[in-house]
Amino acid sequence: MALDSIFSVELAPSFSYWQMVWTRFRKHRLAMFGASVIIIMILLCFVAAPIITATTGYHYTSMDLPNRYALPSGAHWFGTDDMGRDVLTMILYGGQVSIEVGLISALAAVLIGSLVGVVSGYFGGWIDEALMRFTDVMMSLPYLPLYLVLAMAFGPGFWTLIGIFVGFGWMGDARLVRGVVLSLKNMEFVEAAKAIGASPWRIMLKHLLINSMAVIIVSTTLLIGGNIVGEAALSFLGLGIQPPQPSWGNVLQTASGYIFAPGNGPWLIFYPGFFLFLTVLSFNFMGDGLRDALDPRLKGYR
Amino acid sequence: MELNADANAELLIQVIDLVKHFPIIRGIIGRKVGAVKAVDGISFEIPRGRTLGLVGESGSGKTTVGRTILRLMEPTKGQALFEGKDVFKMRPSELRLLRRDMQIIFQDPFGSLNPRFPVGDIIGEPLLVHGLGNRKERQNRVSELMEVVGLRPEYLRRYPHEFSGGQRQRIGIARALAMNPKFIVADEPVSALDVSIQSQVINLLEELQEKFNLTYLFIAHDLAVVRHVSDRVAVMYLGKMMETADNKDLFSNPLHPYTQALLSAVPVPDPDVKKQRIILQGDIPSPINPPKGCVFHTRCRYRFEPCDKEKPEGIDVGSNHRVWCYLVAKQ
Repeated sequence: MALDSIFSVELAPSFSYWQMVWTRFRKHRLAMFGASVIIIMILLCFVAAPIITATTGYHYTSMDLPNRYALPSGAHWFGTDDMGRDVLTMILYGGQVSIEVGLISALAAVLIGSLVGVVSGYFGGWIDEALMRFTDVMMSLPYLPLYLVLAMAFGPGFWTLIGIFVGFGWMGDARLVRGVVLSLKNMEFVEAAKAIGASPWRIMLKHLLINSMAVIIVSTTLLIGGNIVGEAALSFLGLGIQPPQPSWGNVLQTASGYIFAPGNGPWLIFYPGFFLFLTVLSFNFMGDGLRDALDPRLKGYR
Repeated sequence: MELNADANAELLIQVIDLVKHFPIIRGIIGRKVGAVKAVDGISFEIPRGRTLGLVGESGSGKTTVGRTILRLMEPTKGQALFEGKDVFKMRPSELRLLRRDMQIIFQDPFGSLNPRFPVGDIIGEPLLVHGLGNRKERQNRVSELMEVVGLRPEYLRRYPHEFSGGQRQRIGIARALAMNPKFIVADEPVSALDVSIQSQVINLLEELQEKFNLTYLFIAHDLAVVRHVSDRVAVMYLGKMMETADNKDLFSNPLHPYTQALLSAVPVPDPDVKKQRIILQGDIPSPINPPKGCVFHTRCRYRFEPCDKEKPEGIDVGSNHRVWCYLVAKQ
């Protein structure tokens, strides 16, 4: 066939979108650093902590009162705290909670935000108007006092914390995704989908959201970091995770009372603070790198 | 009587007095302050297996005609009959079924393909959406379609950005063909392509028409292309029909001053031919506030008494040639 001879030109070897993303991501030094730290941190908290408990018997409930404020040693790498507990163990178990809160709340908030955004942007009209005004209202609420009131009303704890972060965390993504959807929905491939009879849901999920993945993934990453800090802040105020269950926030809070204690006292505030700082920084670095890798055009945008 | 019914059955598409106005909404209470009269009373028909070329300059409303017939936009008024059934009155469930029979090929080969879908998924999406066949059958159909439009089936896992403009347009054509449609709106299918690729795609469209007995509404502003593919041509200006005739008739005997101006603008690839160009003065008026009477009178070099007062009626000059012009009426 004549057509065949013209179109049998070989295409260059194929690179899928995700292969290209990975190639670009790998070249981003800070992002690779961030990703490595996050992986190590997760391994430490979720794998190493139970191993430590199993081998040494250290746990956040195992007190050793005679051995308070012990300085770092072979037995206690980071020393012991005001009740003689191993500080490293406290931090790793605390990290479990902090990372869980950050991950779960960020994922849920982004999920809700993306759905609100895509529905709002796709349908437009009064649906858009209603959803966006609601978003505006949620954004203009003074969140810190509300956090406090809600934490008191529902009783502080893991799920209350996540509820608060999700309830007040989805608006940014809703606006972000709506903006992207507005620019996408007039593209001809969306019209093509309508022309073949695709349902609005299919168009929203398969065509619009998939093409918004770049901004969604980046904002999720940044939100995880933000929510870990948020957890620490609320727990520090005593409205988050309640002792004896440790989290980076409440370990910091307890430690802040013993800055002038003898021995290991002043250091107690350093270890959890450092772990928190390193983790959040790593999420932010990774977010920056992902943004550049997923969509180079978004460079410098946050 | 029987003969009449037969003649009707041969008409696949009948558009009667189609109107599409886009409301202009201002202010906080959403008051309607006017309307863009994109399409203002257009009628035409296309027999099965034929091509109607719809021509006009940018802003004449030709794209809107295509989109409203497919119900990608809701019409303001009028009827569009597909095999005798009014598309505009169909319920969503009927419309969904109709989508199998009516498809569209887009102008922009870059914007019309989802950049995150592999080509095989793009071409197979209509089948998936309509639940036609199982995975294996769909895959076979996709390979078959790719071969039909001249693409290698091995490339079905590739992404749109890996293809050239002409190849992407073929992907779009394969998607339109997936459900064996009867009618295809080709909305400037070649105007975004290089001239050398244009002819390939046009030849493909013609081949497919022959093979599958397709009916085309071919929207374009390039008269050379329209002349090549159309059985009949309709000329639009500012949402209104100016002239419609069989292909040969229109190009050999254009009667409307606007058609004459358009034809005189077609370049002739011969340096010795001295052509008299009719240069239209001014720009196309705003469709928000179109001129009274004949919408073309502001730029027409023959305008006289009734032109700016009343709309001209369509005049049949024989052999299926209709013109909306007072000049022709006078003669």
